[in-house]
Amino acid sequence: MNILVEHLTKIYGTQPAVDDISFEVRTGEILGFLGPNGAGKTTTMKAITTFLEPSGGEIKVGDFSIHTQPQEIRKNIGYLPENNPLYNEMPVVDYLYFAGAMHELPKDKINERIIHMISICGLEGEKHKKISELSKGYKQRVGLAQALIHDPAVLILDEPTSGLDPNQIIEIRDLIRRIGKKKTVILSSHILAEVEATCDRILIINKGKIVADGTADELRKKSKGNEIINVTIEDGDKNTIFEALKSLETVGLVDFIDHKENAFEIQSLPELSSRRNVFNLCISRGWVLTEMKVTEAKLEDVFRELTIS
Amino acid sequence: MNKILIITVRELKVFFDSLMAYIMLLAFLGFSGFFTWLFGSDIFFVGQASLTTFFAIAFWTLFFFIPALTMRMLAEEKKTGTLEILLTMPVTNWEIVLGKFFSVLAVIAFALLLTLPYYFSVSSLGHIDHGSVWCGYLALLMLSAFYISIGIFASSISNNQIIGFLLTLLIGIFFHFIFEALAGGSSGLLGHILSYLSVASHFQSMARGVIDSKDIIYFLSFIWLGLFMSQKQLKY
Repeated sequence: MNILVEHLTKIYGTQPAVDDISFEVRTGEILGFLGPNGAGKTTTMKAITTFLEPSGGEIKVGDFSIHTQPQEIRKNIGYLPENNPLYNEMPVVDYLYFAGAMHELPKDKINERIIHMISICGLEGEKHKKISELSKGYKQRVGLAQALIHDPAVLILDEPTSGLDPNQIIEIRDLIRRIGKKKTVILSSHILAEVEATCDRILIINKGKIVADGTADELRKKSKGNEIINVTIEDGDKNTIFEALKSLETVGLVDFIDHKENAFEIQSLPELSSRRNVFNLCISRGWVLTEMKVTEAKLEDVFRELTIS
Repeated sequence: MNKILIITVRELKVFFDSLMAYIMLLAFLGFSGFFTWLFGSDIFFVGQASLTTFFAIAFWTLFFFIPALTMRMLAEEKKTGTLEILLTMPVTNWEIVLGKFFSVLAVIAFALLLTLPYYFSVSSLGHIDHGSVWCGYLALLMLSAFYISIGIFASSISNNQIIGFLLTLLIGIFFHFIFEALAGGSSGLLGHILSYLSVASHFQSMARGVIDSKDIIYFLSFIWLGLFMSQKQLKY
């Protein structure tokens, strides 16, 4: 089921939280929603789930519009809200039964689904405990099980791994990736590594507007294209090497790397590579090149560049 | 219809799973029992086999008991955020509000069921008018439904349970006696309107055994109004 967002706007008071954004997500795609806090990620997700009524614009999930068929959309969406609210006073199994019943699953099917959810979310040992007795990681799994109980075509996950330990994060990511193959998934996060590891496509949103849209690689390429290499050159005087490197015709900037002896960061001129020149320089001067590493533009840098203005 | 039942059942399960439920029921029965049987102008004072004393007392105990039950209904869901889960499930606002309403009504009905021994005891003491007793119970149920719908509305306007509790009492107190007191001092149309708004007269005529469509319409229309405003509050 595709999700189509067109000219979505949500204004709180006089301030637009989401300002005329449009995008599309296709079946089988996992879209990562990235942005600083308060960028409008959660607002957009709430609008898609029909929880928030937008000030303007249209959202379609499949063929259903949020304005005219919200109930149809709700049937097809699994939603894990930010902060993962749960009925703490209920046992896990009862809660999942309630969620299943509300999603109109027939009685015999509910039990089957609950067993399935408990096994894929790893809740076997906790199923009869009250939700309030669970640790944060297990609560998150209950939230996810709730979102998946009716096998929805669309999954909206608002910061699904917040508050989890590294092992749990990896498990939840694997789970999302596995499930996401046949579904349309939107997940939000402000952890870049997570989005990069889980999502097929990334949407960066800042101050209510989309500032970038593409795969992680595409985004990296779009940011400053200059090659940056780190080198360590031994058997020579630090300052002599520095001057020599600087005089190479492909090199734009050279910098000492603080904590290492004879280590330099070299930034090449746009669209040029200095790697061969550095190597040849060392041979001609009799220096020993002990380290050369190409630093890729990090997604962090792309993100900072796009969201700090 | 089915989803109303699912919500009602969930609420009842949670309620009877907590210590709160038993304390509340005990308090209700304790107060009603004490004033009906032991204290002041109690049931023996009347000199007749009749439950009117109990109905008059329950009129007061329910007034305090119901806000304590309804205050968490929507306020807690708003506070913890579970309302967001509920409102993204395929369910209408009416179904949510009605589910909550019937769950509290069921608790009250259960509490009233526990007072049936009063009826059996009194009926063994002398000749009792059975019809008027059942009317009395019906009046209590109507009155409860009336306060429950006010209570759910009060609970829907904020995420604070205490506000829900106090606001229910505040609205309730107008219907309970302020309108009546004002009606006493007014004449003409205003006096009529005020005395019509007062819940006491409607309750008392029913509790005496007179079922008048006027009273039924009064209760049903306020119940509807309270629930209607509650479900409006759930829209964002």
